Amino acid sequence: MAETTINETPVLEILQKCPTGIKGLDEITGGGLPLGRPALVCGGTGCGKTLLAMEFLVRGATEYDEPGVFISFEEKSEELTKNFASLGFDLNDLAARGKLLLDYVHIERSEIEETGEYDLEGLFIRMGYAMDSIGAKRVAIDTIETLFSGFSNEVILRSELRRLFRFLKDKGVTAVITGEQGERTLTRFGLEEYVADCVIFLSHQVANQIATRRLRIVKYRGSTHGTNEYPFLLDEQGFSVMPISSIGLDHSAPTDRVSTGIPRLDSMLEGKGYYRGSSVLVTGSAGTGKSSLAAHFVDAACRRGQRCLYFAFEESRNQIIRNMRSIGLDLGQWVDKGVLEFRNSRPTLYGLEMHLVVMHRAIEEFRPAIVVIDPISNLLSAASEMEVKSMLSRLIDYLKMKEITAFCSALTVGGGEGGRTEEGMSSLMDSWILLQSLEGAGERNRSLYILKSRGMRHSNQVREFCLTDNGAKLQDVYVGSGGVLAGAGRIAQEAREKAEALERSQEIECKQRDLERKKALVEARIAALRIGFDSEEDELERAISRGKLHREVVTQDTLAMGRAREADATPPPEGNAPVSGKRERR
Amino acid sequence: MTEEMETKGENDQGESPEERWQLRLYVAGMTPKSLAAFANLRRICEEYLEGKYSIQVIDLMVNPQLAKGDQILAIPTLVRRLPEPVKKIIGDLSDTDRVLVGLDIRPLAGLGEGRGDRR
Repeated sequence: MAETTINETPVLEILQKCPTGIKGLDEITGGGLPLGRPALVCGGTGCGKTLLAMEFLVRGATEYDEPGVFISFEEKSEELTKNFASLGFDLNDLAARGKLLLDYVHIERSEIEETGEYDLEGLFIRMGYAMDSIGAKRVAIDTIETLFSGFSNEVILRSELRRLFRFLKDKGVTAVITGEQGERTLTRFGLEEYVADCVIFLSHQVANQIATRRLRIVKYRGSTHGTNEYPFLLDEQGFSVMPISSIGLDHSAPTDRVSTGIPRLDSMLEGKGYYRGSSVLVTGSAGTGKSSLAAHFVDAACRRGQRCLYFAFEESRNQIIRNMRSIGLDLGQWVDKGVLEFRNSRPTLYGLEMHLVVMHRAIEEFRPAIVVIDPISNLLSAASEMEVKSMLSRLIDYLKMKEITAFCSALTVGGGEGGRTEEGMSSLMDSWILLQSLEGAGERNRSLYILKSRGMRHSNQVREFCLTDNGAKLQDVYVGSGGVLAGAGRIAQEAREKAEALERSQEIECKQRDLERKKALVEARIAALRIGFDSEEDELERAISRGKLHREVVTQDTLAMGRAREADATPPPEGNAPVSGKRERR
Repeated sequence: MTEEMETKGENDQGESPEERWQLRLYVAGMTPKSLAAFANLRRICEEYLEGKYSIQVIDLMVNPQLAKGDQILAIPTLVRRLPEPVKKIIGDLSDTDRVLVGLDIRPLAGLGEGRGDRR
């Protein structure tokens, strides 16, 4: 894995480049093929040489207004036209507009007898004439090595080839020359000796019965270029190379958030959800609700009007829509509105790299805000851990660069493969949600917790993840003396607790009433005592006053009696009676 | 057919039509190779096809568009238009034996080599 730099800092007059217009190739080559020079494209049979050469011309004609000549030694013009019509290239139309000229050079060994000295001036004249007639800026020659089968004098051929390349340079055309891969050399007849400026090698490898096309720039004189093998794709849109490994770690980091689609999950993530442009991994064993979580995320995004691209490697589109309807999510409406698109394919359809390429291109086309890969672990079926990691890191980097939120699910199987998978992927991911099955009391319940979420204070709580008719819900699990309980266990435990609580409260009530009663009793007693005391007090006070009154009366009476008797000695008044009487008595 | 530069032909002597040879020599400018080829061709024709051949010389420098029609790559190229089938011989025609084989001219004298052999 070599890093790739594409930047060029022009100091002196640097090599000028001719953009190919082929997706990705210009990025790898830092702008295209060397302008005004021949470039060699070599590779085995059926690896796409002719297609690359032709697309170079077609793109030149359509996108850069540069007419081109295609010199074919192998296929007749009509055959070429027919073959490329399936790729959406209308060669006849281009030819009619004078943008493209197909020239089929027929070589048949049995028709040619060599009798002495000759050269290939006829070919040059012919090419020169074709180029001049449409003012060609680009030339493709496919496959010049056929000459070697037509002529036996290799010495002449080689010197003429040398002359041909010089001729092309003198003409100032940018040429693509194709060559068949040789046993030990890049091309069977060593064309690379003549084309020294730029050599591109195409290969078509089969690993684990899965074929992957790859492109590598063997040599590019005077220019930096990507050195990796880049996977490429040949399909109805032509040739596309994915320079995915050329992405560095310098993507931006948005701070805004996207909702997870589940309110409780949002609140576990600081109440806001995932970071936009971050990567989210959801792992869990079979049936833990990974897809449902993905569907919620997608549904919420579509509701906000964001475009979502859903790569499904397990289920068909219709199956997903049907299944999600059972939890109350109608994804079909978003598909109809064009904000949601499904790309379903079997992982074994092609190699890992090719999946990456296909995904890459789908993303380029659809320009989603959110990408779901469900499940990412299925991609692993045909690749080694290292390959997967490299592929994923490129994918994640790419998505981050585009500020697309990635939601990947991964199936884990207890230990083994699953554990490895997680290790391989987790470091790439910003948020990692774990779904688990809690087994106990004769049932399985889903639980969810956030293993990590970079850059936010996320909840550390385990939640029960319930799939209901109205969507997924998160519930607190029972955490208490009985351990962590979910599902029926939680409900039972809660019921038990409720009963206990009820009982306790009844008891308290009872005691309360008791107390009330006792208090009332005491109060009653106090009241009674008070009443008794009151009456007693009354009585006593009355007796006291009566006594006082009596004494007064007696005093009065005595005085009155004394006065009546005119006694000389008045009886001593009680208390402060006059002292005379006392004296008297003494 | 129309663009012949220079036609050199001795009219046939009224022999059977099959025995009429129509030859076309493609050259690119009056290079030594071209001149040699033309001289060699004249010599051979005179010797073996006397009176029943016609030679058309086409200079591709002047008429480059004609290279395509006869699928000319090498210069000089001699094309036997008639009798059918079309045959092509490249080179300066210095190897008379091979020219005869290439043109499929029934030899008057015994030929040394077979067709496929290299010089």
